[in-house]
This record gives sequence, structure tokens and C-alpha cells, in this order.
Amino acid sequence: MKAAVAIVTVVVFASVPLWLRDPYLMNALITTGIFIVGAMSLNLLLGFTGQLSLGHIAFFGIGAYVSALTSLGFDAGLPFGFRIVHDPWPPVAGLGLAIVIAGLCGYFVGLLSFRVRGAYFVIVTISFAEVVRLVALNWVELTQGPLALTNIPSITIGLPGVGDLVLRTKLQNYYLVLAVAVAAYILISRLVHSHFGRAMRGLMENESLAVSVGIDVTKTLTLAAVISAAIAGAAGSLYAHYIRIIDPEVFAFINTVTMVIMVITGGKGSLAGPVVGGMIFGLLPVLLRPIMAPEAQWIAYGGVLIVILFVLPRGIVPSLAQRFARRRSRAKTVTPGVFSERDAEEHA
Amino acid sequence: MMALAAAALKIEQVAVRFGGLIALSDINVTVGEGEIVSLIGPNGAGKTTLFNIMTGFLHPSHGSVSYRGAVLNGMKPHQIADLGLIRTFQRTSVFPNDTVYDNLLIGLHRQGRVGVLEAMLGQPRARALERRLRERAGALVEWVGLESRAHDLAGSLSYGEQRLVGVALALAAEPSMLLLDEPVSGMNASETHTFVQLIRNIRDRGVTILLVEHDMPMVMSVSDRIVVLNYGRIIAEGVPDAIRNDPAVIEAYLGQGAARA
Amino acid sequence: MSEFLQHLINMLVLGGTYALLGIGLTLIFGIMNVVNFTHGVLYTFGAYIMFIVVHQLGFNFFLALPLAVVAGWLLGAAIELVLLRPLRGSDIDTTMLVMIGAWIAMQSGILWIWGGVAKAIATPFPDAPLVLGPVSVSWLRLFVLGAAALLIVATYLLINRTKLGCAMRATFQDQDTASLMGVNVDLIYTSTFAIGSSLAAAAGALLGPVYVVFPQMGDLAAVKAFAIVILGGLGNITGAVIGGFILALAEELGAGYVSSGYRDAMGFLIIIAVLIFKPTGLFARAERVG
Repeated sequence: MKAAVAIVTVVVFASVPLWLRDPYLMNALITTGIFIVGAMSLNLLLGFTGQLSLGHIAFFGIGAYVSALTSLGFDAGLPFGFRIVHDPWPPVAGLGLAIVIAGLCGYFVGLLSFRVRGAYFVIVTISFAEVVRLVALNWVELTQGPLALTNIPSITIGLPGVGDLVLRTKLQNYYLVLAVAVAAYILISRLVHSHFGRAMRGLMENESLAVSVGIDVTKTLTLAAVISAAIAGAAGSLYAHYIRIIDPEVFAFINTVTMVIMVITGGKGSLAGPVVGGMIFGLLPVLLRPIMAPEAQWIAYGGVLIVILFVLPRGIVPSLAQRFARRRSRAKTVTPGVFSERDAEEHA
Repeated sequence: MMALAAAALKIEQVAVRFGGLIALSDINVTVGEGEIVSLIGPNGAGKTTLFNIMTGFLHPSHGSVSYRGAVLNGMKPHQIADLGLIRTFQRTSVFPNDTVYDNLLIGLHRQGRVGVLEAMLGQPRARALERRLRERAGALVEWVGLESRAHDLAGSLSYGEQRLVGVALALAAEPSMLLLDEPVSGMNASETHTFVQLIRNIRDRGVTILLVEHDMPMVMSVSDRIVVLNYGRIIAEGVPDAIRNDPAVIEAYLGQGAARA
Repeated sequence: MSEFLQHLINMLVLGGTYALLGIGLTLIFGIMNVVNFTHGVLYTFGAYIMFIVVHQLGFNFFLALPLAVVAGWLLGAAIELVLLRPLRGSDIDTTMLVMIGAWIAMQSGILWIWGGVAKAIATPFPDAPLVLGPVSVSWLRLFVLGAAALLIVATYLLINRTKLGCAMRATFQDQDTASLMGVNVDLIYTSTFAIGSSLAAAAGALLGPVYVVFPQMGDLAAVKAFAIVILGGLGNITGAVIGGFILALAEELGAGYVSSGYRDAMGFLIIIAVLIFKPTGLFARAERVG
């Protein structure tokens, strides 16, 4: 059942460029898609590991800057008189490096999360993102500061025998983002249904019990953070090469909040949640712009977050799933577990 | 009388202080392979503290704990679990928001190690391993007699059933030694009886068992040896009959008058 | 040397207002165990109240400060009653996220109503600073320091010498016992949040005229407040005061001798550094509030 829905969804999305001609909406869909990848990666930490990391945009932004700088080249001074010079590399190399470096940052956040739990962890992650933002803002020699990195090259795919395909048009980028989003979804889905996914879940539900059957807290949290950060970094890289201009505002806390609202509203701990939440909060601002000023919209979004937490705390997708399950259930109700056999067969 | 079995768990000169409070002192206990040993004592005697020491949830201020020669001091709980020492919990003994079946799948953590990359790429080895794990989980559910509740959320089960799930979880981790934390507390007579049978079956499969308990008849009927704690010290140790008649034990539980009675 | 003294003076002024921010949050975080993300918005709110009272209503500058404190008190009470009380007993994540939602909504509201352009607040003080030997300090800053000191003392007296304060301290130590002793825990929670919020508003009202007033000014203030709480220990008022001055000192020295761009990073760096090395904060959770 779930597989069928997924396939239909992908087909529907793939067919959109065939009938949608408005470039403004296309642009919105592309950036929404990128943010959905970011939201899916946040969901891995927030929904499947139970870590409220509010610095997630840092990984996205780091991915964006790493990718941009790798493909633009740079010449910057380091402490003690050293200089670091880098010649431009192809953008795909930037993508690869973005994934690696963002993942590395995720590693350190993961290590931290083991030492610092609960509310303090939230505060630390916010601080981490803000420090990164301030570095991007002030290390002007490297990042151009508020003047932004511009003319970032589009992603180029080398096709054997045909030549280089530069992904410059909206159409091309749309399919690139769609492909990456689908890939990310599959990867995360497989991860969640695996041995490692169960370790994450066990930790989230009952840490002492999980530990007593041999689940290593540090390793699990760290690995989850690495994977989550790496995917966010990939999204950031896509963003940099699509928008082609990156400034420190990418690290603004409001962007983390956007992703959080997407995940919480859609349903944390569900695979489809970030997609649904992402579509809503990615497209709504665009659709509402003619009638509602952005500030007014944000008042509403803040309100929506509060209302969802009060009324539908599990989010839209799990609540709908529960309603479906209740309708066709027997006396013993079961919330479709993450690893029930039916799901496993579909995702195997 | 059992022949001298190889030592499984060895606790030597263990002492625990919390600031100025001495919770345990001068503790020396050896549990032999394949034995069922019970740890009893009045409330506040230090049983829970000692239990937490054995399972790595607390570190002793003094002394050492070793299992089959490996020193446990300073090890993290999951490392101790990796040695085959698995414990159960008295409260919160299950993963409440997962089905019984999924609970056991989590418990099979040590058996199903698959690289994260392998899992994400959907490699055949990963999938084959998954299938074997699911079979094992199914077998365990049957073994503890919970097939009818396999797909219910563990949190919705009765207290006694949750305890069974807790034990099944521990068994999933393939223990060579099982540490049970007040396993039958809150159970009625028939549930306790079933549980005793279960413990005996587990021991017959070669698992050493140590349990902390208050239920005297149960302890007397299932244990090979009993260790009695009071005020953080061992006041008696021996076979159930000896303990039953030991004046120090009687005094600890019933007060000074009872010993003379 | 005179430059150092100048930094010291600035540090005292800044530290006093930071202390107010920190005390407010440590009370809320300590007594209610709520990660109060609206603290920064209350700070902004206090500054805007000053702006409204002085520029839009044309009232006396010195009247504006008490009004800001009262307004902060009322807003804080409203937030607690509407958002926090129904969530009592939920997990800390849910409460945190609700606070974030409230923060976004309120800050966007301020942005919507007054726009994003920074505003300056006119003060009745003479422009020429007071010169004391090698250092000079503006009359405004002196006033800020004095007002902050007054409020700190008032809070200290409230917590340690009044019945309400006694009830708050009891609730901090053991909520259940306190309620068994007849303490109305609901009332305490609302009062705590209201008082904490009013202190944040006071800090904003005092620093608003010193710098400028703009909708996002509370974001940094919020993080600094958390840094101060982590430095000083949950529920520890004295710790919050000390923490406020430490942060101000770090910022002044950092800005003066390292780079002014990274001034605001000090708060974050302190948080990260302290929590890496001492995950439970510099001081253990206070034995008692006060």
C-alpha cells in the first residue's frame, strides 16, 4: 500500500514540468524540494533519534558554502601567516566535499549530544549554528561576508560520449532535486528499517533498556548525526548551485525553524511527514505572497506550530495513518510500527 | 549439592559510598556458571545498589567486579551487555510504543549487526540477516507464550505480560548470564509459578542467573544459593534451607525478638 | 590603561542589564523547567514599549520604564496562562517548540506593526558625558546602571524576604511538598513567568535607548540570557548576576582586543565551552533559589 502511494507520488511530481509553465512556481517547487531534503535529514535526528537539534541549518549552510567555495576557488589567510589557496573544482566535487565536511561537523555535534543532554543540548546546537553564521559573516576574505558568494557555477554532469551537461535551466534542476529527494527518502527509509534504525528507536524510547541489550549510545547518536548532517549538506550544496548566490543569511535561525515546523507539522518520526510538511510550508509563503505580507505569514506559522502541538502533536501524516488504521482494524488496534513485517517487505 | 562450578561473576571487596553514606561495604560474592543465585534483604539493604554495580549502571568506590575473568569496572553498560551479561528492569521493562514483536527485534541488537552503508544500499546480506532476525523474534515470542499479543503495543500489555516481554527481550540479547531485577514483583501466584518455570528453563539452556527478589517462597523454591544483604553488608550466604533457619537472617527481617522465638 | 578602565565602565553598565536578563531566565528555567524561548521577545517588547511611550504617546521618559516592566509582567502572565499551563506535564520538547512558535509569532507581529527599520529612543539626558578622570560615561548609561542595580536589589528582596518569594523557593526545591504545604503552584508558576518576563522587558527598556530598537534585537539577547544561566547555574540568582558581568566582561574584552565583529559570538562560545567541559553548567543546580 505504502509503496503504491510512494510510486504514484513520484510519478505525479515527475509529470509536473509537463503542465506547469509558471517559472515563479517552478522556482518555488525547486527550493521547496531542496528544503524537503533538509527537513528529511532533520527528521532523522528529531523524529527517529529523539534529539531536538535546533542548529540544523548549520549543516545546510556549511554544505552550501563548502560547495560554493570548492567550485569558485578561494585565497584566504589563516592565523600565523599561512595562506590557503584553492583553484576551482567542478561543482560535483563541491557536492561531494559538502557531504563529507557537513558530515564531519555532524560527527562533532553527535559527540556533544552524548555529553550534553536535554535542554542544554538544544541550546548548544543553536549556539553552534550562530557561531558558524558569525564566522561566515566576519571571515570576509574567505566568504565575502555579507557581500555574498556570487556566480556560483551550476552543477555539470559529464555524460560519456555526449559531453558536459550543464544543469542551468529550471527544468533540469527540478529533476535533479527530485532525483536527490527520492534518493534521500529511500536511503533514510532503509536506514530506519534496519538494525541501526532499531537502535535509534530503542534509545529514543527507553535508553536504559536499550543500553542493557548492548546498544551503544554514543556511537548511535553520533552516526545518526553524521548521516543527518551529510544529507543536509548535500541539500545545501544543491541550493548553492541552483540559486548561485550564498550569503550568511542562509544560517539564519528562522531557516532552522522553518525546517522544524515542516517536520513537526508533517509528523516527526514518519517518513512522509517532512514531505507533506515541506510542501505545505514551502509553497504556502509563495502562494500567499500576493495577499499576505511575509511578517503576517510568520505570525500565522508560529500560530500553526502552536496549534499543531496542542491539537495534533504527532503531526498530520501519523494522525491520518492512525485514522485509516482505526477504520479498517479489528478489536486489537495496532499503530503501524516502523518495523512491522508488512513494511519491511515493501521496503526490502 | 553442586560440584564446584567455574566462577562466572566475581565480586571482590566491593564498597560503594555516596558522599558520606556507605551503601555497600566488604561485598564478596561469587556466582558459579549455571547457578541460580538470589540476592535478598530488607528494604534499603543495598540490593539495588549491588545490582547496579553488577550491571555497570553504577561504579564501585572500591573493589572489583569481573565476569569470566574480564574486569567490569569502568565499563559502560552496553559493553557489559556485549560480554553476555544482560539485565532486566523492574519498572519500564519494555519499549512501550512498539509492538511486542518489535521489542524483541530491538533486543536482538547484538545478533544482527549490519553496517549502516550496507543497510542503506539494500545489500542482500543485510536483507538475509533481517529475515533471520525476524524468524528468531517470532520464535522468542512463542517461547514466552505471547503469540496472541505479538502485534500489540508493549505498553498496552498487563504488568505481568510486560515482565515476560522484558525477559524475552533479555533472552533475545543471547545472555550467558541473566540478571533479573525483582522479576515477579506485582505478579499473582499463578504468574509467579509460570515465571519460575521459565527461569528454570532458561537455566537449563546454560544461562547463569542472578535475581534480586522480595518474594520469599519464590526465592526459596528456585534458588541454588541465596545471598542475604543488610545495611550494605552480607549477613548470610548459603543454600535455601540454611538461610531459612539462619538467625541473623530472621533477625534482619523480623527484628530481634523473632530470632529467639 | 584608561582604555581598559573605559571597557570596565562599559562592562558594568552592560553587566547590570545582562544580569536582569539572566535572573529572569534563571527563575523561569529553574523553577518551571521551561526552556523559555520567548525571553528574547520580551526583551524586544520592553524596548518597543519604551519607544511607544516616549515617541508615540509622548509621555515622560522616566514613566516609561515602570510601564515597560508592568507590560512585560502582563504579557508574561498571559503567555503562561494560555500556552504553558495547558501543557503542564507534557514533555520538555513540546513545551520548547510551543515557546518557539510563540517567539516567531510575536516577533513577526512586532515586525509587522512597527516595520524592520531600527528606531532610536530620545532620552532627556544631556549629550555631554560625565567625565571622571581618565574615563567618561554618559548620563544615560549611569541611569541604566542605577536602574538595573535597583531592580536587581528589588528582585533579591522579593525572592528572599517576601511570602511570594518564599513560596517560589519552596516550589523550586520540591513542587509536590510545596503544594502539600498549601502553596498554590499554579499561581507560583504564573508569577514566576510574569516576574521573569518583566525583568527581560526591563532589560530591553533600559538598553533600547542605549542602542537602537529593532524587531530582531531579542534574538541575541535570548542566547546571552541562556549563556548567563548556564554560567551561573539554574535558579541561582547570585550566579546569574555574576554570570551577567562575566559575559559583559568577555564581550568588552573580546570586542576591544580581538575583533568587534565577533563580540556577539562571546555568548555562544561561552555556552559551547562551558557545556563541553562541564555539561551540567559551571555551578551545580542551586540548592535554593536566591
